[in-house]
Amino acid sequence: MAQPAQRTGVLAKKLGMMRVFAEDGAHVPVTVLSLEDCQVIGRRTVEAAPFHDSTGAEVALKPVNAKKAKGKTREAKGDGYVALVLGAGAAKAKNATKAERGQFARAKVEVKAEVREFRVAPDALLPVGAKISADHFVIGQKVDVAGASIGKGFAGAMKRWNFGGLRATHGVSVSHRSHGSTGQRQDPGKVFKGKKMAGHLGDERVTTQNLEVVRVDAERGLIFIKGSIPGAKGSWIEVRDAVKAKLPAEAARPGKFTAAEGAPA
Amino acid sequence: MNLLQTLEQEEVARLGKKIPEFAAGDTLKVNVKIKEGDRERVQAYEGVCIARAGGGLNANFTVRKISFGEGVERVFPLHSPTVDSIEVVRRGRVRRAKLYYLRDRRGKSARIAERARARDAGAE
Repeated sequence: MAQPAQRTGVLAKKLGMMRVFAEDGAHVPVTVLSLEDCQVIGRRTVEAAPFHDSTGAEVALKPVNAKKAKGKTREAKGDGYVALVLGAGAAKAKNATKAERGQFARAKVEVKAEVREFRVAPDALLPVGAKISADHFVIGQKVDVAGASIGKGFAGAMKRWNFGGLRATHGVSVSHRSHGSTGQRQDPGKVFKGKKMAGHLGDERVTTQNLEVVRVDAERGLIFIKGSIPGAKGSWIEVRDAVKAKLPAEAARPGKFTAAEGAPA
Repeated sequence: MNLLQTLEQEEVARLGKKIPEFAAGDTLKVNVKIKEGDRERVQAYEGVCIARAGGGLNANFTVRKISFGEGVERVFPLHSPTVDSIEVVRRGRVRRAKLYYLRDRRGKSARIAERARARDAGAE
């Protein structure tokens, strides 16, 4: 995740799966992702940089404590890395914290349901307020997809680690699905760290690499990706250009987006 | 209707199949597209429809025939581009939606009586 990708990824909502028939009759299972107004709400830069809101106006940094500082402006600091802050989905303003509301207000964008950062190359930064469109990705290109897998709760060793469990007969009682032994004897006299045992399964970050983009619907902001994608329906998914595949030449650089209304061209 | 259902309907419309009204018990001639190298031709597969399953884009049907004394069943996705066209050869009178009992029958007992008159037109 840490490697700075050339182009920005997008934040999308998983809608569910369906099938698509290719022209040669092949059946292609696809996951449908919806962009839900995926918009840039901030930029992270190595050195301090002036902040422009979605209308292109420069916004001065507010002093930490407005009463004490009496009109003094705070000195802007760099972030030490380059990234875009993307937000997607609609949320009610009352459900955002005061701090979040401040961030959205500063960028002059709607309140978003989910906010994530995407590392980009310094020349791939998009203006604040830019709405990334679905044809940011081109048909046939490979993408890496990351999301939180479906939570399974506290799961036993059989489900969580594919252990075999104990026998059905031959004197086994009550412990048919147990994990069995967890170690040796008095020496070493402890259970080694990392021993595979029962515990929480799922709801962790999972990345699936090299999935193919089958279809793109810019009008409705939909991306059709071949195969399954981690996470439940309605969960937020990060879609990036594949790290291990070459980006097609026809892909828009630094990205395909529509600038916010009122922004200078 | 949610967006996913809309998308499925659009996919059905995009594939634009002309599907005749048929049900289990009907004898069908399914024209299947077959690719040989870079040449494409159409092969007919004729047999009794013994089941229809699924709905919308995911609908499929099973056609059973006896080929060289061996029972053969093929499941076709209803909207697949590999299915060129479907013709109803004969309408059968059956009292089940799934005719899996035909698998255990041979010859005379595996026959299906012809339906005297087709069901009301428009009934899909």
